[in-house]
Amino acid sequence: MSLKDQLEQLRRKGVQDISETDSQKRLNEIRVKLLGKKGPITEVLRGMKDLTPAERPTVGAYANEIKQDIAEAIDQRLHELNKVALQHRLQHETVDVTLPGRPIKTGTPHILNQMIDDIEELFIGLGYQVVDGPEVETDHYNFEMMNIPKNHPARDMQDTFYITKELLMRTQTSPNQARTLEKHDFSQGPLKMISPGRVYRRDNDDATHSHQFTQIEGLVIDKHVTMADLKGTLEVLAKHVFGEERKIRLRPSYFPFTEPSIEVDISCFACGGEGCKVCKYTGWIEVLGAGMVHPNVLKNVGVDPEVYGGFAFGLGPDRFAMLKYGINDIRQFYQNDLRFLHQFQQEAK
Amino acid sequence: MKISYQWLNQFVDTEKIDPQKLADQVSLTGIEVASVIAPDAGLKKIVVGHILSTKPHPDSDHLTLCQVDIGASEPVQIVCGAPNVAADQYVIVALPGARIADNVKIKRGKMRGEASEGMICALQEIGFSDSVVPKEFQNGIYVFPNPEPVGESVFEYLGMTDRLIDFDITPNRADTLGMHGAAWEVGAMLHKRPQFPAVEISEGNTKTSDLLNVTVENKEAVPQYLLKVVQNVNVQPSPLWLQIRLWNNGVRPINNVVDVTNYVMLEYGQPLHAFDYDKLTSHEILVRQAHDHEQLVTLDGEKCELVADDIVITDGQDPVALAGTMGGLNSEITAATKNIVIESAVFNGTSIRKTAQRHNLHTEATIRFEKGIDESSTEEALQRAVQLMGELANGQSSQGVLVGNQVIPVAKEIVVVPKHVNHVLGTEISAAQMASIMDDLGFAHQDQTDQLLVTVPIRRWDIFIEADLIEEIARLYGYDKLPSTLPVGAQTIGAFNTKQTLIRKVKKLLLANGLDEVISYALVNEQEASAFTYEQTADIKLAWPMTQDHAYLRQNLISGLLNDLQYNLARKQNDVQIFEQGNVFHKINDEQQPNEIPTLAALWSGQVSAASWLGKSQAVDFYYVKGVLTDLFENLGIADLVTYQADAAIPELHPGRTAKLLLGDQVLGFVGELHPTFQHELNLPEAYVMQLNLDVILAQDLPVLVSQAAPKYPAVERDLALIVHQQVTNAEVVNAIKAAAGKYLTNVQIFDVFTGENIGLHKQSLAYRLHFQNPEATLTDEQVTNAMAKVTAKLQTDFAAQIR
Repeated sequence: MSLKDQLEQLRRKGVQDISETDSQKRLNEIRVKLLGKKGPITEVLRGMKDLTPAERPTVGAYANEIKQDIAEAIDQRLHELNKVALQHRLQHETVDVTLPGRPIKTGTPHILNQMIDDIEELFIGLGYQVVDGPEVETDHYNFEMMNIPKNHPARDMQDTFYITKELLMRTQTSPNQARTLEKHDFSQGPLKMISPGRVYRRDNDDATHSHQFTQIEGLVIDKHVTMADLKGTLEVLAKHVFGEERKIRLRPSYFPFTEPSIEVDISCFACGGEGCKVCKYTGWIEVLGAGMVHPNVLKNVGVDPEVYGGFAFGLGPDRFAMLKYGINDIRQFYQNDLRFLHQFQQEAK
Repeated sequence: MKISYQWLNQFVDTEKIDPQKLADQVSLTGIEVASVIAPDAGLKKIVVGHILSTKPHPDSDHLTLCQVDIGASEPVQIVCGAPNVAADQYVIVALPGARIADNVKIKRGKMRGEASEGMICALQEIGFSDSVVPKEFQNGIYVFPNPEPVGESVFEYLGMTDRLIDFDITPNRADTLGMHGAAWEVGAMLHKRPQFPAVEISEGNTKTSDLLNVTVENKEAVPQYLLKVVQNVNVQPSPLWLQIRLWNNGVRPINNVVDVTNYVMLEYGQPLHAFDYDKLTSHEILVRQAHDHEQLVTLDGEKCELVADDIVITDGQDPVALAGTMGGLNSEITAATKNIVIESAVFNGTSIRKTAQRHNLHTEATIRFEKGIDESSTEEALQRAVQLMGELANGQSSQGVLVGNQVIPVAKEIVVVPKHVNHVLGTEISAAQMASIMDDLGFAHQDQTDQLLVTVPIRRWDIFIEADLIEEIARLYGYDKLPSTLPVGAQTIGAFNTKQTLIRKVKKLLLANGLDEVISYALVNEQEASAFTYEQTADIKLAWPMTQDHAYLRQNLISGLLNDLQYNLARKQNDVQIFEQGNVFHKINDEQQPNEIPTLAALWSGQVSAASWLGKSQAVDFYYVKGVLTDLFENLGIADLVTYQADAAIPELHPGRTAKLLLGDQVLGFVGELHPTFQHELNLPEAYVMQLNLDVILAQDLPVLVSQAAPKYPAVERDLALIVHQQVTNAEVVNAIKAAAGKYLTNVQIFDVFTGENIGLHKQSLAYRLHFQNPEATLTDEQVTNAMAKVTAKLQTDFAAQIR
């Protein structure tokens, strides 16, 4: 058998052995056995000295070729075996993805504060400042400055929690109008503010009354502020809170601190204005009160109503939330049943 | 007031516009309409019947068998239980298949063996409120005063086909508490001038002043006081048309004299009162303030003890009426009354309101005097009543009006500048259009250059200034026609201030740590108000609380959180982690407003992480709560400035598990477990609470942050374990380490705390990991070893620490 034939036989046998091997250890043994210094190919190459000088390069090249083929076959087989081993491991590492995760909890902001925060951010974007005011107010700011003189029915003891003759729990956030107006320097530009907060009325708590609730006051005073501006602003608000499709409707009303005074209705979000239980089959829902600031209010704070004027509005986040989410008992806001509070998690912005 | 659609049409032609549609328009231009009431809604098959004969039911001592003509070919038998049933009455019959009040269906049936083809009805049974049913029919069937067409539906004959538009007025629009005012309002909206028939009376020869004298002592409180006498009246029930007007407006018909006073009140909005002339002990009428403790029995039979602030009408001696509120029983009109005195007056609204409240007598009259009446029609209303008493009761009017006082306000003149109007409204309404709206309102005006001079009639006493007329123009022009714009003008910056930003941030951090936000009541009970406080400031109490549960202003937020905890525990919600941000109130003195301190408080009870298939739940403990606080303080950049001091000053908290929190040297708040005794009293489980004064954080000046590059050189860690006496605190050891370790120490972490017999009685083993780093170079082993040697020496000196 010629050297070439011997080499060819070695290759055939070697490649077959490699392809039949299914352990990495055995492959290494084959590598040492076939390609090592004591291996058969080396042995064959030693027999080259008996060949003619013409034959030597051909056989030498052939032997190297075979060495390379076997090395490649080993690498390829090794790669295949690694792949199988990985697959095997992955199969054992599989988890049940349908099992629940570790319990991780974040808290839920109170729905009333969500409503207030949302409205605050809207008005911040419109260039308003957010003004806080005292919850314990003076009779002077809560009533007198708001054009609610003594003996006005709205001042009845039955409506107001008085502490002393002069001090009371504020019944509205409106006193912050006067407080802010007094301090405002109109040479620095217009006044645009909202003022959210807790207010108090002398009511028995029931499904629709709460002795404590929340209000947001809005006020814009400048040289050229119109009722059309009020309408546009309230439209922005209504759409923001109740949806882009909402329309608003203004109706005459009365507040001592605005003239003209209006109530604002929005088109029913439940039925789109067709009439349903939510809107009591009118297509409209009353949501807030507003108007053009009464000249007396401006006079009271030393602002000339001949030069300056503007609008004010007051809304109830409690009422907004009750309407928007179909809450039928105002006490739920203040009982803080966790099951009630948690459902508003998804509404948080 | 419920505005009768039919009555309204006597004054202004609404051109048969659907009442609901009219109501909607009124709501948009003037007065909110609460509802449009259809008295016959839901009723059917109720007809006029004529009782031909009656006989007692053979098997009953109170039932009557009636043969009733219902317009059919044959009379039908109806069994009736009413005591006032009798032959020849025209009555209300609900036929078989009829629907009466409360959706009750009437069926043909048998009563104790006798067939009954329907039911003879009382007014209440067809939907009338008991308070408007004439007294004689209150406990029986209704009987028509005159024959009505038998078999025809009764609704029209009882005024039930009328539609009642319920005006829900705001306090400024009491001018529509009379049909005339309502007609003006509707007329203005429809561009129609209402028409009111002239009042015509024929007077007798007897002068009123020969029959009566009148003196008004308190003229300020009684700007108008007018009297007239009507003689020889024939007191009897009013005609049905008048009764219908009254009962449709919620007023019970009584007799023609009383009914006329009520009718005129509904017509003009002017309350009237009628006295029995012959019951007055003298005919010297004196109007004055009451004397304290003076007594009057009012028409409702109640005895009133008067005070000097009440206005009374007297017959020279005794009160005969509480002015503007209710008449006295001593001068009541009865069937025997022959001669009457009619009073038409204006009383001070505030005085009447206080009287009504004081005596709890809120009547149709007090409502009107409180809110205001048309002082230009006080005399006309008096004449109108006299006219009707002539027509309905054959009364003879005395000659002339007896005047106790008659001060009629002057009509106001107001300048309206169209430019102002458009400036306020953002419109382009022409001066002519504005003038036309004034015409619609019936306001006289002179059109001058660039302005209108408007004379506002006295009947619109709510209008004082130009802004009021701008409102009149705006509402009748139509708010729907206003453009919709946003304010233009100088730009303003909208941004949260420091306090608002801090509040938003701390809330977000607590939410992120799993706490739910709550809102509790700021008004609490006495115990709750002053619990959980360091400084005992004085209580702030409401003058007239509704309940003792909400009588005091809170000085802490924890009490509210405990109420929330109890509420949830009662509903099996045992794992509660909640916080509230709100004000607590610290009294300064009786004159000043209290300090309102922005405060943050939280409460944890139960499990802070839930049990799952992966492991057990974790109950809250002191160090969990402290961990949340640490996270909060780190995020606020004050973690290094806050110190925790063991504290037992708050009685509601566990003396061994409470820390007072200091920010620098200011008291920031506290954190701790509820005191077991307090916990037991409130029947609560173990719970931890914390409260922080946000003003203290706001007052803390923090240096401006200067950033540093991430370190380039490696850090070195060394562990140190030591045994010290149990009374040595972690804070003391950490401070000592920091003091001794030199400038390359960047962090000290405790990683083990151990006590046990093998280390000795009252001893504890503490293990710390110290982190060293030089930002400029790699630390050498020698540098770190030197630092550790100094630390060790310091701990041995300061705490006799045994280094392990």
